[in-house]
This record gives sequence, structure tokens and C-alpha cells, in this order.
Amino acid sequence: MSEIIVRSGGLYTTVQDIGRDGQYAIGMPPSGALDQYSYRVANLLVGNPDGAAALEATYIGPELEFTDDRRIAITGAEAPARINGEPVALWETLTVRAGDVLSFEMITSGARPYVAVSGGVAVPEYLGSRSTYTLTGIGGFQGRALRTDDRLPLGSPPISGPAPGTSVPAGLRLGLGGVAELRLVVGLCSYRLTPAALESFVDTEWKVTKDADRVGYRLRGGTIDFVDREPPFGAGSDPANVVDLGYPIGSVQIPGGNEPIVLLGDAVTGGGYATVGTVISVDRDRIAQARTGDRVSFTPVDVDAAISARRDRGIRLEKVRAAVS
Amino acid sequence: MSTVNATLPGVFYRRPSPEQDPFVEVGAAVQEGQTIALIEVMKTFSEVKAEQAGTIGRFLLDEGDEVEAGQGVVEVVSP
Repeated sequence: MSEIIVRSGGLYTTVQDIGRDGQYAIGMPPSGALDQYSYRVANLLVGNPDGAAALEATYIGPELEFTDDRRIAITGAEAPARINGEPVALWETLTVRAGDVLSFEMITSGARPYVAVSGGVAVPEYLGSRSTYTLTGIGGFQGRALRTDDRLPLGSPPISGPAPGTSVPAGLRLGLGGVAELRLVVGLCSYRLTPAALESFVDTEWKVTKDADRVGYRLRGGTIDFVDREPPFGAGSDPANVVDLGYPIGSVQIPGGNEPIVLLGDAVTGGGYATVGTVISVDRDRIAQARTGDRVSFTPVDVDAAISARRDRGIRLEKVRAAVS
Repeated sequence: MSTVNATLPGVFYRRPSPEQDPFVEVGAAVQEGQTIALIEVMKTFSEVKAEQAGTIGRFLLDEGDEVEAGQGVVEVVSP
């Protein structure tokens, strides 16, 4: 069987796909590529069907050896890449042959590069998805991040697809750099905040701390006051607590009142922290590319705006599909 | 003299753990590939290694400082 030999896993490289949706009721988060846009574009560039599994790296890219002829594409963070030591373009259809080695240099912008390979990473599906969820060690490649000497199985390459050298127009690539502006639907527990606290929350430029991974991003930069109350039974004594509820993916909780956490694809699915609001799904692509030390801000929007943003991303992906096919 | 740069963002540490001594002191000789510091991000500690043999000139960061990818962390003086 054809495979990829992992020479180095980088810092934290996992197999991810569109996500394990529909399992939330049993406490299973969706996982999946955190930056869905870059992940989906990478698949389009190698002619894969939507939803094929690809690799998501973090900060430090992996070193991969190929064992047969394939098309590959690298999208997402700007991580200068090389094949056999020769620089190659990002957001472009590339070819590799048996024995070729893909390596990365230090990331210059963004946090997560994606590598799609024609045929997709063919690890077994678990609950309908090939995404890795490392907290419980399920899905992906043995439920964990890649390590040296792992051998990743690959599927059969598609018969047709974009020709080598096909590239995504600059205007359809991800915009990186600057303050990540995250649109936020306010709720479910925003009533716990004082009116001034909600204002201060959206006026603050928050800084991403080192505690920023696939589970969530912890932020720092302001203080949030909660309305005083007698805690109801089951809520605990911390003013940031409520009676347990399910956490929407993208929801922002503020344990202790000073360090908001934005929950991402590998989030715990429920608990008792007040959730100020929920980052809209499209903008989770953007926070996925924010790195420790970067700044993020929040802008309140309504649900209609969130749905319209999702529709716009779909149109953008269709434009990519048209541009590369 | 050469500067070793951080390859990823995070928090900078000079010791393997809070109770232990620093990996190296200023003025100490280091070999190529020797661990001289740690950077913590995403609950992972990555080693900062000397890129060439030499003597530690000075650290450009203090214990616990936040560091950006590409930022210089230590100067190594060539032998």
C-alpha cells in the first residue's frame, strides 16, 4: 500500500478532515481542520473529493517522505516549503515522486499550514470522520500527533485534477497578519456580565497566550465584571459560573473574569462557565491562524450576519474551484 | 558571534524545570546541538539548541518572557 513516511512530525501535526459532526450529544466535539478554508482549498488543488483527510501542522511543519507519485498542495500559514531542498510555491498544485522529501522552514505568518495529498490520508474512519481528537486518543493516525517513523496510508489518487503549477489567485488566499477581527454572536450567558463589561470586552484588543491549541485559545488583556448574585444550586461560587450547559464550538468563556477562552474544534462539550458569546464559524478559520502573542478583537454581529458570512465563504470556495479546475 | 532565534512563539525558560539549574550560564562553552533553553507553547516544551559550538555571550530574554517566532533568544560567540 502507498504511504507517507514521517521523518519528523514537527511540533504538532495531525490528520484532519471536515470534522466529526453529529456526535455532540455523546460529548464528542467535531475536531476537524481548524482553518476549514485553507484545508478545503488544499483538497481542491490536488483534485480530492471534499472531505478527504489532510495534514494540519502547527508552528513547525513536518518532514515527509513520499513513496510514489502524487500531487500535493500546501495552504494556510505562510511556511516556506521545500521539496528535496528546492523551494516550492504555496497555494499551488505540486508533484512529488517516490523518495521525494517535503520539508518546511520557519513559519513567517499564520500558525497552521495544511498539506493535502492526492488520494487523501486513508486512516480508518472513526464515527464517520478521519479527524484526530488527541484528548481521548481517537481518530486520525492512532489518535495522536505524528511522530518520526510513522507511516501514513494514502488512498487511491483521483483520475483527474488540477494540472501541476495550478495556483490559487492571490485574492482567494487567506488574509493573514494584523489583529484578527472575530465576529461574535452575543449569548448564551452574556446576561451574567455587567453592561459595562460587555462593552469593555468588545473594546479590548486581546492577546493570544501560550495556552492556545486545538481545544481553545486563552486570551489576556482586560478584566470582565459579572453581575453580583446569589449563585443558584449547581453553579458553584465563582461569579463566572453558571449551572452546566453545552458549550457551542466557538463560544467564549471567561473563567475567573480575566482570561477569556475561545473554544475550538477539540473543545470540551459542556460545563459551567458563562459563555459571553460565540465566534461565528467562518472567523474560526481566522483565529486558527492567530499565534501566541498575536492580537484578536471581537465585533458583535447577529445570527443573520453569521449565516451570510458562511454563505460568502461557500461562494469564495466555489470561485477557487472554478479558478483551479 | 551568532544569534539563536526562536523557531516558534511561546514562553522562554532557561531551566528544564523551576527547581533545576539553568541549562547553561553566560560564559559557558556549548557544543552544536546542545540544549540551551526551552520554549513552551500549547503545553509542549520545545528545546532551543545551539546551532554551532561556541561560548554563551548573553541571553536576550529573561526567564518567563514571552517570545515571538524569529526573535533572537541568545548570542553564541564563536570559538
